[in-house]
Amino acid sequence: MSTMNLETAKPKVELRSQNSSEIVVNNVSKVYGGGPFAKEVIKDCSFTIESNKLTVMIGPSGCGKSTLIQLIAGFETPTSGEITMNGKPITGPGKDRLVLFQESALFPWMTTYDNIMYGPRARGETGKEVTELADFLLTKVGLEAFRDKYPAQLSGGMQRRAELARAMINKPEIMILDEPFRGLDNMSKELMWEYYANLYEEDRNTNFFITTDIDEAIFLADRLIIMTNLPTQARHVIEIDIPRPRKIEDIFANQRANDIKKEVMTLLHEEAMKSFSGGSKAAADFLEAYSKRAE
Amino acid sequence: MNITKLKDKILSRAFFRGVIAISIFLIIWEVGARFESWYGYRVPWIGLIPAPTAVFESWGGLIGDPSYWMSWQMSFMRVLGGFFAAMILGIPFGLFMAVNRTFHDTAFPTFEILRPIPPLAWVPASIIFWPTAELSIAFVTFLGAFYTIVINVLGGAKSINKQYLQAAQSMGASQWDIFRRVVLPATLPSIVVGSAVGMGITWEVVVAAEMISGGGGSGGAGGGLGFFIWNSYVGGSYEQIVVGMISIGIAGYFSSEMLRNLGGFLTPWLKTR
Repeated sequence: MSTMNLETAKPKVELRSQNSSEIVVNNVSKVYGGGPFAKEVIKDCSFTIESNKLTVMIGPSGCGKSTLIQLIAGFETPTSGEITMNGKPITGPGKDRLVLFQESALFPWMTTYDNIMYGPRARGETGKEVTELADFLLTKVGLEAFRDKYPAQLSGGMQRRAELARAMINKPEIMILDEPFRGLDNMSKELMWEYYANLYEEDRNTNFFITTDIDEAIFLADRLIIMTNLPTQARHVIEIDIPRPRKIEDIFANQRANDIKKEVMTLLHEEAMKSFSGGSKAAADFLEAYSKRAE
Repeated sequence: MNITKLKDKILSRAFFRGVIAISIFLIIWEVGARFESWYGYRVPWIGLIPAPTAVFESWGGLIGDPSYWMSWQMSFMRVLGGFFAAMILGIPFGLFMAVNRTFHDTAFPTFEILRPIPPLAWVPASIIFWPTAELSIAFVTFLGAFYTIVINVLGGAKSINKQYLQAAQSMGASQWDIFRRVVLPATLPSIVVGSAVGMGITWEVVVAAEMISGGGGSGGAGGGLGFFIWNSYVGGSYEQIVVGMISIGIAGYFSSEMLRNLGGFLTPWLKTR
């Protein structure tokens, strides 16, 4: 269904943002609270989100990935260190860096179309060009029949696609996705992987994707950043050199993919072990789930 | 509502069940009220309530009486007046407390101390303070709805999903746009709930206030349904007491139904859940 829509709706509108953009996270730390209750979530964390690549970040659950997103999106500021975009420090939220949150943040009181048009209308752009783009995106995400439906009337996968369209209409330079397919059933999840990978391959904008799912990470990523447990640091970067377009059925028959998977699992397992001995409940769950998968 | 819809509603199972339930209620009431005469001995309390047949008979006599309808009108006007005043002041007050920290810190403590005072406790003070009885009833009625509306609006606006606000912010929306197109619609369901509860309280308060404040003008008919009940009690017409009670029940039902329809119209997305 998704691929069909992509073929019928050839991009007559330019979605690719003009600039290529890069985000550098330099020695960033984030501490919540103070005194004896201070909690260090991120410590001396450095990595780069490279321009025109799909960077995936993977780490144990509860390891501060979402906090990193809050910092990169500009909703919060780092305690120390600096985050720059194209060399300029990030001082607040902006439409050049759009976030897709874990839970759907579609406005329940707006129809699909009104949701997509939220950004342009908020900025006073209501010309023919932008309404045409909205219609084009609606078709592209396969929701033209759901144009006047409310989010509660859409399935989980449709909501995610509507949200992608709502973000894309603003032509962000960088798209940040925080575990966007979490909570979808396996079937829709795999469809969404292919769908999202297709979208990315068309435009090759800078994307930053966060996940806890190893298969998802390897299927999608150009670059994979593996995070440590709390306080979070970037531990290891793997370039995923599996050619695109990738197919779900093929990828895990691919020897290279399986080698990467083993490597990632070993690293994540070590991280989980560390916090397991630290008594973290989330880490214990994680360890259990992944040792089952490794068998 | 069009004719087919109305027909569907009347022929529906829910409507049928409602009719059966009310009929059974009336039968039990009638039997209970007539117990004394049927078996020749006195059953405590239940025989003292006038039977529904007697009540309907008395009601029939009142249908043509303009002063009975005048009571309806007076109570309705007071309820609606107090209620709309509470909405007009309460909704912006609650919203402003939710979005402005300074205003919240300044206004909330006073509000929270005044809120637990039952509206009826304000009756003597408001009779002294306000120049006319009408204004003091209106004020007390207003208080009944005001606190509930404010608390609901405040709670609703404060519990907005943070991600809605962040999403709007990152798409370049101004503070005003976020307020108008995110905060306000996200709070609407709470506004509707607060109003429905507030409306119920307004009816409770207006009736009590009318009983206390007396007949007013128009030869006692200016007193509203509350005074109508009190007057029937003083005059020893027990049937009319029950007529007054049922009248308030029906009036309250219409008020709630009106609000439910208005609420459904304002929050169409909730119906799709």
